[in-house]
Amino acid sequence: MAIKDLPIEECYIPGSAACPGCPATMAMRTVFKAIGKKMIMVVPACCTAVIESLHPKTSFDIPTMNIAFEAAAAGASGVEAGLRKQGKTDITVVAWAGDGGTYDIGIQALSGALERQTNFIYICYNNEIYSNTGIQRSGATPYAAWTTTTVGGKTEFRKEMGEIIMSHHIPYAAQTCVSYPEDLYNKVKKAKSIKGPKYIEIMAPCPPGWRFGMERTVEMGTMAVETGAWALYEYENEKMMFNGKSKLILEGKIERKPIEEWIKYQGRFRHLFIPKKDVNRIKAIEEHIDQKWERYRSCYL
Amino acid sequence: MTSVMIDTGNYIAAKAAVMARPDVVAAYPITPQTTLVEGIAKYLDTGEFQGEYICVESEHSAMVACIGASATGVRTFTGTSSHGLLLMHEMLHWAALARLPVIMCNINRVVGPGWNIWADENDSISQRDTGWIQFYCSSNQEIFDTVIQAFKLGEHEKVSLPVMISYNAFILSHTSMPVFVPEQKEIDDFLPKRNPKWKLEVENPITFGNIILPHEYEKVRKEMQEAQGNAKKLIPEIAKEWKKKFGRYHGDFFEYYKCDNADYILLSMGAIGAESKVAIDNLQKNGQNVGLARARTLRPFPTDEVLKLSKQADLIVIDRNISVGNEGVLFNEVKGALYGKSDSKIHGFIAGLGGKDVTFGDIEKMCNKAIEGKAYDHQIWYGLEEM
Repeated sequence: MAIKDLPIEECYIPGSAACPGCPATMAMRTVFKAIGKKMIMVVPACCTAVIESLHPKTSFDIPTMNIAFEAAAAGASGVEAGLRKQGKTDITVVAWAGDGGTYDIGIQALSGALERQTNFIYICYNNEIYSNTGIQRSGATPYAAWTTTTVGGKTEFRKEMGEIIMSHHIPYAAQTCVSYPEDLYNKVKKAKSIKGPKYIEIMAPCPPGWRFGMERTVEMGTMAVETGAWALYEYENEKMMFNGKSKLILEGKIERKPIEEWIKYQGRFRHLFIPKKDVNRIKAIEEHIDQKWERYRSCYL
Repeated sequence: MTSVMIDTGNYIAAKAAVMARPDVVAAYPITPQTTLVEGIAKYLDTGEFQGEYICVESEHSAMVACIGASATGVRTFTGTSSHGLLLMHEMLHWAALARLPVIMCNINRVVGPGWNIWADENDSISQRDTGWIQFYCSSNQEIFDTVIQAFKLGEHEKVSLPVMISYNAFILSHTSMPVFVPEQKEIDDFLPKRNPKWKLEVENPITFGNIILPHEYEKVRKEMQEAQGNAKKLIPEIAKEWKKKFGRYHGDFFEYYKCDNADYILLSMGAIGAESKVAIDNLQKNGQNVGLARARTLRPFPTDEVLKLSKQADLIVIDRNISVGNEGVLFNEVKGALYGKSDSKIHGFIAGLGGKDVTFGDIEKMCNKAIEGKAYDHQIWYGLEEM
């Protein structure tokens, strides 16, 4: 599927309150195109609760229910059960949450819904911070990144949500990135066709949160993949398949780019370069990414 | 044909819930509610319950899943107790503000620490301000009848609010009593299908619960208040309809027992309310002119009825709860209802916290103390304070 072939119909309609360059809205637009109008979305506290616009207006042309921060997956479970009881089995139920609502406060409800084999798609748009509350650290924030609650840079590495998800052995899980709309589209489309719990995580570089210019969202996503900081993959029927440049990195066909190429454009890592280059911490990031890829290779190559 | 079922409060509640034909039940086990969710699971196994049963991973998710299901327009039910209810707290507000008529049984149990599973009403009392309608039952028959009536009330277009039916741990939840159970068709005739005001549907893509500005939000709260007011009108109507159809009546806001010409009226709730009847019989036998008004609803609060009682008699209130730093909640709210409108004296007791047994003998003692005028200036902790 090429971009020019994506459906023209828009369910993401004017009136949005998103920041310029917002990756969540770019991703959502593609998700809506992949699923179509026969969907119901459950949104916990996250930027999307603002993006969707103010009562009584909306910028979504699909039925949407807001729910509490930790509650997206449980809310979707209820919606799915309610629809199923009414025989409305042709509607795709989507939980759409940020990384805070997924990695941290919402992980219990998410794990429960996956274990119960709930027939829904859980989509996490991961901007590596609590962005709606104004850039605080989450379990997805990378090591050394500045946030308002990790002022000198985060001292811990992020958790690997993908691996946690896969340990539930659900029919389909995938990692994608807002910079690759075809990849995102195809993965959502595939998820829609599969029964049971599906999990898709979208790397979503956030201009105000990461401190880069609003025109660079796509570039920041591309670089996340090319440096190996983020991997594009699909997990289907217990099998892992890496996609795009991530596949080439896995197979050793291309070298991943040095992490500096990515972090130097982001103000959240500025303290690693100014006033003096923090060689140790940059090296620690590199080594952590190397370890991850070694793990991927030993498990999936 | 009505049949008689002899079973515990929880199994009776499960029977009533299933006969109300909920489309979705989402629940999580907690002592002493467990036999309620097990009861529903058994009915699922036998095919008597034909809805979806979601065994969630927490009470929080139980309420969230009921909210999600209810938002698709279907009928929902759950049950919990104590810490489970408190874990739901955020979502209790959510269900009420979303105007979703989730129906829930709560088995009144002590809140820890320390761990204690006996009867105490602080769990549901502390959820008083969430917008839920609150009933308190004193027999298994009342549990059955109230659960069915609660669906009709909560789902009524003029109410659209969630309803909590509370009953005391073990004293009711695990005690068998004979209960008259109507036929399914009779329940179906009494309880129409839910006709929701709004629902999530692809034909009408609304966004529900997004950002709302202060002047709009305030209206939402006022509408909830009006809905509770509507419930006040409907509770007696539904109770009367039930009486007409099934011949059973537990009162509307109060169950009045031997109140005619009483000089004192005792106000109590739940299991203490049932025990109070024996105490009233004995007191009247001994020449004390005391009647009973057993409170069935805390929300909506029956202000007018309380005022009416105060015009007839001095009031004695027993609370199995305490709003720490102030008073028992029923005592406090009764006083609030009378402020500036009645000169009636109100005598108050705190009794039975932590599941401590409150016998008719205890209730008689409290009433006698009140009549002697010894429990007037403050609420007495029965058994802990000198009387």
